[in-house]
Amino acid sequence: MKTFILAASAAALAIAASAGIATAQSRDTIQIAGSSTVLPFASIVAEEFGNAFPEFKTPVVGSGGSGGGLRQFCEGTGENTIDIANSSRRIRAGEVEACNAAGVNDILEVQIGYDGIVFAVSADKADFALEPVHVFKAIAAQVPVDGEMVANTYTNWNEIDPSLPDQPIAMAIPASNHGTREVFEERVLHAGCEAAELPEMEEEAMEEACVALRQDVVIEIAGDYTETLARLQSNPDTVGVFGLSFYDQNRDTLKVATMSGVTPSLETIASGEYPVSRPLYFYVKGEHIGVIPGLEEYVAFFLSDQMAGAGGALEAAGMIPAPEEETAEVQSRFDAKEAITADQL
Amino acid sequence: MTDTFSKTTDVPQETEARLERIRTGLAKRHAREKRFRLYGVLAIAAALAFVAILFAMILSKGLPAFQQASLSLPVTFSEELIEVDPKPVREAGQSAADFQAASLRWQRDVTLINWNRVLENAVRTIAPDVEIETRDLQSIIDNGERFKLRDAFVADPSILGRAIQMDVLASADVDNWLKGNINRDLPDAQQQLSADARALADRLYEEGHIRMAFAWHIFTNTDSRSAPASAGLAGAFMGSLYMMLVVIVLAVPIGVASAIYLEEFAPKNRLTDLIEVNINNLAAVPSIVFGLLGAAVFINYFRLPLSAPIVGGLVLTLMTLPTIIIATRSALRAVPPSLRQAALGLGASKTQTVFHHVLPVTYPGILTATIIGVAQALGETAPLLLIGMNAFVAAVPGSPFEQSTALPVQIFLWQGNENRNFFEARTSAAIIVLLALMISLNAIAIFLRSRLERRR
Repeated sequence: MKTFILAASAAALAIAASAGIATAQSRDTIQIAGSSTVLPFASIVAEEFGNAFPEFKTPVVGSGGSGGGLRQFCEGTGENTIDIANSSRRIRAGEVEACNAAGVNDILEVQIGYDGIVFAVSADKADFALEPVHVFKAIAAQVPVDGEMVANTYTNWNEIDPSLPDQPIAMAIPASNHGTREVFEERVLHAGCEAAELPEMEEEAMEEACVALRQDVVIEIAGDYTETLARLQSNPDTVGVFGLSFYDQNRDTLKVATMSGVTPSLETIASGEYPVSRPLYFYVKGEHIGVIPGLEEYVAFFLSDQMAGAGGALEAAGMIPAPEEETAEVQSRFDAKEAITADQL
Repeated sequence: MTDTFSKTTDVPQETEARLERIRTGLAKRHAREKRFRLYGVLAIAAALAFVAILFAMILSKGLPAFQQASLSLPVTFSEELIEVDPKPVREAGQSAADFQAASLRWQRDVTLINWNRVLENAVRTIAPDVEIETRDLQSIIDNGERFKLRDAFVADPSILGRAIQMDVLASADVDNWLKGNINRDLPDAQQQLSADARALADRLYEEGHIRMAFAWHIFTNTDSRSAPASAGLAGAFMGSLYMMLVVIVLAVPIGVASAIYLEEFAPKNRLTDLIEVNINNLAAVPSIVFGLLGAAVFINYFRLPLSAPIVGGLVLTLMTLPTIIIATRSALRAVPPSLRQAALGLGASKTQTVFHHVLPVTYPGILTATIIGVAQALGETAPLLLIGMNAFVAAVPGSPFEQSTALPVQIFLWQGNENRNFFEARTSAAIIVLLALMISLNAIAIFLRSRLERRR
């Protein structure tokens, strides 16, 4: 035991010493974090990248949500900070400012394709044909009745519209750490709010009224879509908000709702017919190009036809590819290394 | 006098009454004891039932994942499809860098060969009469298996033009279909595989080309998202191993040394009391707090790499230290003072007493504490999420400084995978592996303790 303790302390010293050496050595693996919507796509590209480029290591892809990823991204430059932040929404002006304050000035934006947001119920439930206004009326804290805002008292969907099933209202929506929430508010709640014809009020109050939700029927999910799915299983009346790719892989247990009469699919989202879709992005730290090997190659590989292109690996995984011209422009903008600034947003 | 006499005549009656009271009281006490024993038995039965339910659920879900659909194919490495220059050989006078570049270029060319087509042809040779679209056909083979062909070719380019019997993994969807993890009665629109692909999978299964083979790749492969069927635990296992090494190397010597000092040498005063209280408090601090600390200190201040087992190991060391200190101290305290007095009486110094006589007696205790501490650290997830170890890593880490995940984190990641039908079983399989590791660690602890105790 004595010799063991001695040996162990020697080894401890050795580890501490090698820690010093290793940190002096430069990192050679691309480090990515951010949106859990982009994560499956980024992981697929990372894996294929490692296979296609034997000279580079396979990038490491972490999650943390769009907001979490961008916060990590903006912590500064250097090897213990991430190189790429995945995001399911565009970077905000405030985030760019935070980045600049921490010394991250070369924020390069890469748009990779589109993702649809779908509303789904358990497969054995009735069909839903939703309109944004239905969703708004179901979950808003206050709804207009005879030109006045009153507390929301709807309990079943068919009270909102007779065409909807007679089923208690319950919705599982992404929490605000998800980029999906922003799209949900913008494309569904605001659209529904407009259609619901709220009484005259000031702009700020209107804004507030559109996104204020009643807490008794709304469950905000901070985790990933498996958590939403678990909610649907524990309360089968719940309508859940999912990404198209997640729904696609779980079609046996989920049934999708139409939105404004359009069934979400790769085709209807690509054509823009289905209203609730959003572009996906990742942001590259320009300061790390040339320091961390493989960054430029990773971007080019991501945007290549075999990955993000039509018929590529990402389409098979449920991402909607952007039109070719759009991708070409994204690539050329990246090649020109035009950094994004706060006043552009 | 009459008084006493009357009392004595009353005695038998009174005794009778008392005896009666005692008898009823005794019955009550016996009943109470019986009840208590019954409660104990019930409590144990309930605990065992919960454990049994847990194990039954995990095993029933997880064990099928160790058997996975695998295709046995005669793969022809045809010259028409594999058009590539011969593997570069280092020529005389060629610099190392040039050769390196040439072989990298060659490897890239080999990777870009349409291996999927090679696989497709192999499937068509065993089912020649099936009419099926390329896309549907390829959906029955796991996406990553083309690299198996590539690796075979890179290892031995002379197989060009020959046919070789190879085992490749069927896709996760085929595995779900054949195992019935997806309801087979669902209509086409709710199925993952097309009707043609399902029919082909069924046919190949009946003909014995697809069979359920033991899934060794769970132990040899890393996590994978582009090829879910081949996802394995190797990367997470190595990550956990590195972390445990760091924990053992740091926590054991520091913990044991501080316990010995505090117990045997330190003066008993307010300061040492304060230290003792703090160590006990530290043992009760939730692990997530250590994660926050690790992120702030090791990553932001000491600039150690993100997602690296070294940082995970350091954080878990902090978590394990109090456990080891407390257990070692109580082991030291249990040593009878006569042992110390005898050694001191024979002229041994304080240090000699401790290291030659007291410490050897406590080895079983220290060992148990270490192994229990390590087992606890092995199962810890929360602090690792905060230091970036929940990233997707598709490579086996070569050192504690390379990015990696850990076993419990891998369970967490698989639990969140969107392919529920496949990964639910995989998650339980990973839990089985982790539980097996824990049980063997604890078994080793018990074995070593009993051996050391016997030797004493």
